[in-house]
Amino acid sequence: MALLSKKDTKLITDPFADNNPITIQVLGICSALAITAELKASIVMAVSVLFVLGVGNVVISLMRNIIPSKIRIIVQLVVVAALVIIVDQVLKAFAYELSKTLSVFVGLIITNCIIMGRFEAFALGNGPWRAFLDGIGNAAGYGIILIIVGFFRELLGSGTLLGFPVLGNPIPGELTGLYALGYENNGFMLLSPMALIVIGIIIWIQRSRNKDLIED
Amino acid sequence: MSLKSNLHSLKEKYRGTKMAPAFNALHTFLYAPNETTQSGSHIRVVDDLKRTMNTVILALVPCLIFGMFNAGYQHHLALGDIGRADGFFSAIFWSWDNLVIGLWKVLPLVIVSYGVGLAIEFLFAVIKGHEVEEGYLVTGMLVPLIVPIDTPLWMLAVAVAFGVVIGKEVFGGTGMNILNPALTIRAFLFFAYPTWMSGDKVWVHGAVARDKAIAAGQNVDAISGETVLGSLAQNHEPAYSVADMFFGMIPGSVGETSTMLILLGALFLIFTKIGSWRIIVSTVLGALTMGLIFNLVVSQGWITESSKFFGLMSTTWWHHLLIGGFAFGAVYMATDPVTGSQTNIGKWYYGFFIGFISILIRVFNPAYPEGVMLAILLMNVFAPTIDHYVVQGNVKKRMKRLKVKTA
Repeated sequence: MALLSKKDTKLITDPFADNNPITIQVLGICSALAITAELKASIVMAVSVLFVLGVGNVVISLMRNIIPSKIRIIVQLVVVAALVIIVDQVLKAFAYELSKTLSVFVGLIITNCIIMGRFEAFALGNGPWRAFLDGIGNAAGYGIILIIVGFFRELLGSGTLLGFPVLGNPIPGELTGLYALGYENNGFMLLSPMALIVIGIIIWIQRSRNKDLIED
Repeated sequence: MSLKSNLHSLKEKYRGTKMAPAFNALHTFLYAPNETTQSGSHIRVVDDLKRTMNTVILALVPCLIFGMFNAGYQHHLALGDIGRADGFFSAIFWSWDNLVIGLWKVLPLVIVSYGVGLAIEFLFAVIKGHEVEEGYLVTGMLVPLIVPIDTPLWMLAVAVAFGVVIGKEVFGGTGMNILNPALTIRAFLFFAYPTWMSGDKVWVHGAVARDKAIAAGQNVDAISGETVLGSLAQNHEPAYSVADMFFGMIPGSVGETSTMLILLGALFLIFTKIGSWRIIVSTVLGALTMGLIFNLVVSQGWITESSKFFGLMSTTWWHHLLIGGFAFGAVYMATDPVTGSQTNIGKWYYGFFIGFISILIRVFNPAYPEGVMLAILLMNVFAPTIDHYVVQGNVKKRMKRLKVKTA
């Protein structure tokens, strides 16, 4: 017997491709633009959202029958806020420099449209196991885009990956690698508009591979 | 068989294949196409898109040639090989030595710009199966004229690829783009490689290389190639006379320095009805207005010499037209028929704000001395909005007239 039924597998794989939160639903763009200048920050953000959305979806799903529908948004906010504070405190304790880089955007996970969207659209109407899979799937779909964007922005913008100089030494006077050939980092890559353009290119590639995704 | 009929028969052979658009582009570049419209109403004209583009290129040629001489002149002048040229027809300026440097530095820029840009246009035409559009003919000529002389060629190639794909092709190609492609290319260079696009080293050929030699410990003098805008932004008196600025014997991007030749180009474009005189005039008016406002601020004593804006604010109002890339932008960039306003009233607003905002950015943000680039890109975005309100205003006016008549 397979670990997951076919229907459950789809919950995880769909957000990766044809129902990606960023490239198809265009949710969670703000953080994708703001913190993807470095690959490390992208990965940490992806993991944080994975935790918040995975756990949050389960919690909401467990409470779904006792939440009065009139105040459900408040309840959802309390759940997200609690989880985000946990993430924030953990980051501050164990990765202070990184939490500086991510600054306000960890806190802003609360307002990340993907999270409230999944609570509303899925966790309120499904059991905890399926809600967990859905949360993991969507957070991973979000994270993979963040990591792709972060990869290209850090590589082309700073010439490094996770802080390691992969393209050579750019310091004048001791140039090595590509820099010795006259290459220079692309400062535009470090600015937010370029993140938007990179996401746009991903959307473009995805839609030209799968024509069904093109709206009229 | 003549070359022409050879080409016509070759076209028949390529018809329907993937390479047809690429072949057709070359074919109609050389000859008028042999197809005629068979049905429907149609008119015979010669000013098709290709002719329009070629006219603009003709208007740019004087700037290009002057830019080549100027590149050599600034280089030799900075090295101390030659003295200052006096007057536009000075033999010191129009020398063979200057031209050689100019050809050596400017032609590669032109070749890379056209090579990369047209390659992408052909690629997209073949993939998408439409005809190659002529839009890049002008862009490819504009680009080398608005970059600093020492721009590394690979940077230019990257920027051109970015500008053509992101600035134009994603929107659907020539005629569909929101932003002026040449300015998109320049803006990309400006934000991606700021050290090559601003400062006092990039405008004169050899200054960057000389700087590196000094850094490596060689005993040579540094070359300063500060532009007029650059020195004004630092509250220095520029080292050039008004005549120098008007004739264009100043450091700057390759083809943008000579206001006189740009003026001739403008007259040519207006005479051939390719460029909109409304946009050119209103852009100049906008810049003069802003210049006068700043002069007023200075003469009222609201701002003193201690201010970091004093140098540019106290610049005589009409000098703004002569320095920097303003004139070039107003004549060749703002008048782009695709990205500018389409309505006649809209053109006045569009142009006025370009001029107004150019000088505003130029004065208040010395980090971006070339305000005209950002101003035109900004107004490109607003041009459809301006047109919308002009059209709506017209509709409203006529509705009122209709009501009066029927009442």
